[in-house]
Amino acid sequence: MHLSPDDIIFWQHGSLKLNATIAFTWGLMFVLAVGSKLVTRKLSTDLQRSRWQNLLEIVVTSINEQIAEVGLRPAEKYLGFLGTLFLFVATASLFTIVPGYEPPTGSLSTTAALAICVFVAVPLFGVEDRGLGGYLRAYLKPTFIMLPFNIISELSRTLALAVRLFGNMMSGTMILAILLTITPFIFPIAMSALGLLTGMVQAYIFFVLATVYIAAATRTRKPEPEAKAERKPEAPAGPKPEGKIAPKPED
Amino acid sequence: MDSMTLIAIASIVTAGLTIALGSIGPALGEGRAVATALSSLAQQPDAATTITRTLFVGLAMIESIAIYCFVVSMILIFANPFWNHVIAGAAGK
Repeated sequence: MHLSPDDIIFWQHGSLKLNATIAFTWGLMFVLAVGSKLVTRKLSTDLQRSRWQNLLEIVVTSINEQIAEVGLRPAEKYLGFLGTLFLFVATASLFTIVPGYEPPTGSLSTTAALAICVFVAVPLFGVEDRGLGGYLRAYLKPTFIMLPFNIISELSRTLALAVRLFGNMMSGTMILAILLTITPFIFPIAMSALGLLTGMVQAYIFFVLATVYIAAATRTRKPEPEAKAERKPEAPAGPKPEGKIAPKPED
Repeated sequence: MDSMTLIAIASIVTAGLTIALGSIGPALGEGRAVATALSSLAQQPDAATTITRTLFVGLAMIESIAIYCFVVSMILIFANPFWNHVIAGAAGK
């Protein structure tokens, strides 16, 4: 009964180990990269398009909308990082359908790596958006007494991201393994379906939490006179369309 | 009772208690969260997508407490450092 795919070792040379986690991670990366490359070879912008292109468009635009809905604008800037997080965790869970596969996110190494990526990305995007001084000043935000608590919360939510994803994936595979030894085949299939569902939900949670953390670090407020100047050019355009619409119903 | 037996008993009992007590709180919290989400859905059905999305995010945050307890329980059963140390000592003899 192994806790994680780290225990399955394919090849070993001294202290270098090729375990199942690395093999499955590279397999996933290969499938995602080569699949996308094959689909985007001939992109078409008219109504006739291949269904794979359609699928990729749905996926990318949905992720873009979700990022914008959480409040992170412009969404395209963060689409690469956040979309990759979501797609990697989602496909890692989805491929459980393939026999003999174990999700690499069931290993604490992978989830810790993903959480460290988010931990590094939040200050990077924050400094890029607000400048170093502005970003560091945010740590003193309610009062400067909150500085140690802000730092601790930054570290603990990174840890929480890693352990949450690891625990959900590991518990799914472990319950499946235990059930396979004691019950007829129908129950492990139901548990596998439940594992797929929780995998998708956890991928979405990871993605939304990363988005919220980056949004909290890059939140900039629009200065007041800029907002008023934006409203003025709109006002003269107001009465004109109404004047055009009004005569039409009389026809 | 030698130390090996003591470590084994303590690990097994703690593992069982951890997951048993640790799932009570999150279960109650999730029940309250879903109940409030359902009543707000009944009040404002057109905000259904926002409410559902926020509900799932909140449920995942609450669930992580139970997941921490589960991870500790699994470590005590399968990757127990004290048990490994004692077993290595007994095998060395």
